[in-house]
Amino acid sequence: MDLKEIFDAISPLDGIELNLESDVILVSSASLMAVAEKFKNDADLDFDFLMCITALDDGDSKNFTVAYNFYSNTNKHSVEVRVSVVDGKDVPSLSGVWKTADWHEREAYDMMGVIFSGHPELKRILLPEDWEGYPLRKNYKVADYYHGVPIPKDKSYWE
Amino acid sequence: MDLSLLERFDKDNVVVEKLDTLINWSRANSQWYFQFGLACCAIEMMAAAAPRHDLERFGSMPRASPRQSDVMIVAGTVTLKMAERVKRLYEQMSDPKYVISMGSCANSGGPYWQHGYHVLKGVDLVVPVDVYVPGCPPRPEALIQGLLELQKKIKTETPLRKQAV
Repeated sequence: MDLKEIFDAISPLDGIELNLESDVILVSSASLMAVAEKFKNDADLDFDFLMCITALDDGDSKNFTVAYNFYSNTNKHSVEVRVSVVDGKDVPSLSGVWKTADWHEREAYDMMGVIFSGHPELKRILLPEDWEGYPLRKNYKVADYYHGVPIPKDKSYWE
Repeated sequence: MDLSLLERFDKDNVVVEKLDTLINWSRANSQWYFQFGLACCAIEMMAAAAPRHDLERFGSMPRASPRQSDVMIVAGTVTLKMAERVKRLYEQMSDPKYVISMGSCANSGGPYWQHGYHVLKGVDLVVPVDVYVPGCPPRPEALIQGLLELQKKIKTETPLRKQAV
């Protein structure tokens, strides 16, 4: 199935929109769970593989986009779904539908600070747990010290 | 290998030399290194230990415990999260202990030196380094040269005297 056919298959649901410019389906965070369950359980769609979750900073570190890439091993088709979220609001966690979403969502939380509601254990996955800030946000400022160790931006003082 | 000591056996089994020389000779030629790697440099360190380059012909073998190690080869990118562990492992090693900083990341942060929010800009910020091996990653020959430089350094020590800090 191509993108248009996939969109038509889920079109009875609310809050979805086809974006042919970027070849993605835009979904509101309220409808994400319904779309996910349709993707997983519908025999014609049968997206059994969540390939990747990507979090994007839309530029001002207030608006974020979460992109999901799905693939069907049985039907050999794929689709990208995007959800927009404002900083502080949350996106429903897909870890109950695809287990692989668990660590992907933790990484998105770790690096971008996107909050996933219903996640079993939403904590940092790569950085130390006492790290401050979300380093891949556009407005992130590198700290001067971490636990007394300098994080210098240049080494001019060494010479 | 340094055979100059053996050449002094000109008469029977008697050799006259400072005890320091004997201690240094044995220390320099049994630099057991701490078996841990942090990134791609570790692959080169493994290659240096493997039969083609064979670090054991210089008396160096990997030890999996800091208590049994004489030299710590910091092979790879030291993240801030790892820096505390590196420091703790160094403190767990028994004296005399040495550090070889292997590769650009351990030397100075490497490719992360400007924008790496999570990378320590040189392992010498947390532990004292004896030998720096440049390269990204260094070839096994470079690591072997670094080890030989460390052996040279060890042979200038005076372990029986208190060392000036």
